Amino acid sequence: MSGVRVLVGTRKGAFILTSDGKRQRWDISGPHFSGWEIYHLKGSPADPNRLFASQCSGWFGQIIQRSDDGGKTWMQPGTPPGESTTGPGGMPKAESNKFVYDVSAETGKPLTTHQWYDGTQHPWEFKRVWHIEPSLTDPDTVYAGVEDAALFRSTDGGKNWKELSGLRGHGTGPQWQPGAGGMCLHTVILDPTDSNRIYIAISAAGAFRSDDAGKTWRPINKGLVSPYIPEPNAEVGHCVHHVAMNPSRPGVLFMQKHWDVMRSDNSGDSWTEVSGNLPTDFGFVIDVHAHEPETIYVVPIKSDGEHFPVDGKLRVYRSRTGGNEWEELSKGLPLRDCYVNVLRDAMAIDTLDKCGVYFGTTGGQVYASADSGDNWTPIAEHLPAVLSVEVQTLP
Amino acid sequence: MIRVVLPGHLRTLARVSAEVQVRVEGPVTQRSVLDALEAQYPMLRGTIRDHVTQERRPFLRFFACSEDYSLQPPDTPLPDAIATGAEPLLIVGAIAGG
Repeated sequence: MSGVRVLVGTRKGAFILTSDGKRQRWDISGPHFSGWEIYHLKGSPADPNRLFASQCSGWFGQIIQRSDDGGKTWMQPGTPPGESTTGPGGMPKAESNKFVYDVSAETGKPLTTHQWYDGTQHPWEFKRVWHIEPSLTDPDTVYAGVEDAALFRSTDGGKNWKELSGLRGHGTGPQWQPGAGGMCLHTVILDPTDSNRIYIAISAAGAFRSDDAGKTWRPINKGLVSPYIPEPNAEVGHCVHHVAMNPSRPGVLFMQKHWDVMRSDNSGDSWTEVSGNLPTDFGFVIDVHAHEPETIYVVPIKSDGEHFPVDGKLRVYRSRTGGNEWEELSKGLPLRDCYVNVLRDAMAIDTLDKCGVYFGTTGGQVYASADSGDNWTPIAEHLPAVLSVEVQTLP
Repeated sequence: MIRVVLPGHLRTLARVSAEVQVRVEGPVTQRSVLDALEAQYPMLRGTIRDHVTQERRPFLRFFACSEDYSLQPPDTPLPDAIATGAEPLLIVGAIAGG
């Protein structure tokens, strides 16, 4: 019988929630990496038992962890094939936490500074991995979006990481600036129909696309309007919070910007606003139904100064028309005195026939709907603040 | 052997339960002890010193024989009691609370 595995990253560890296809009873394992921030963990579409996790700490920096058995055991990648992953005494043998910006004379020389909060130029400094995106076809290839914003790729299962420096080097880098959460590359989308096409998004720089497998990049922000930056229609500088795509229509993208919900029907070449009747168009998450590519989900948040739901009511909004017309989904969600946030990578959707929708809150709840959003149930409560939610649909 | 006491999270990462011991050839300094530590426990590379600059991570400090060596140059000799193993080198994380 099919099932689902929900991967939850929190401020103090990772949790793995599993259920059969009914999605009524849940087993929770964890915390994995207890006490560490887990910004993101995600499974490989090519090998569902291979999971990658971004483990980090203000004290000790960045670690990448990998599981090859669906999250039962973890190791730091880097052990040669055929060798034991642990040495005498059971300690892991490898390191996998080395993210070094490209400073080579050939490709990295001009990649020096970005804009700081006060408008001065500031050197790029690696802080953490925000998002991990495994290849759709190769379990050993995985992308990492990092802060300060850059994209790295590993082709050996997470052992070695190399920057795709054409992104920072395409020319607008000195105009990028951090949002309040840092200058993070938080979204990586791989086109299932074109292995050369990659989308990424950075807060606060905007969205970018590569059509040559990450070698060269260009901004795709036409149509975005951000009144809070000096030039509201600028080529870069927009605080994109998240971008989502349905794999069946890879040219159609949906975006939750700082303010505004947007869509593009031409692979990001231009965007139009589809906020419509939302109670507020500020928010962080956005996702697309697994089988209905015009059905999208957001969680409206009151404002950029008040990171909690409007009126203390936690509600998901769904549009079945690709935006503009939104319906409130609130059955089973807290509708009073709720002042949590739902962060940008904390929503996911499974691919079962009646697709499931999942999201996590900074209050430590993970909510699930087994009927495309009509009804919601908490499947975990009282976790540390949730940073990310992913789901794997298992055979 | 040089004795090193790690912060709790790094003990977990290195999968050790107590202080560790490392062998250092030549002068016993912050740098030589950390080099030996990272050679023996490669998963600790980047967690105590920056990968590129090799500078101490800002929320960590080094103590030896009740003295703070955090701001000493990395090649400053550590006390004899550290070199002989009578006392451990303490790697201490900033207090987190509130």
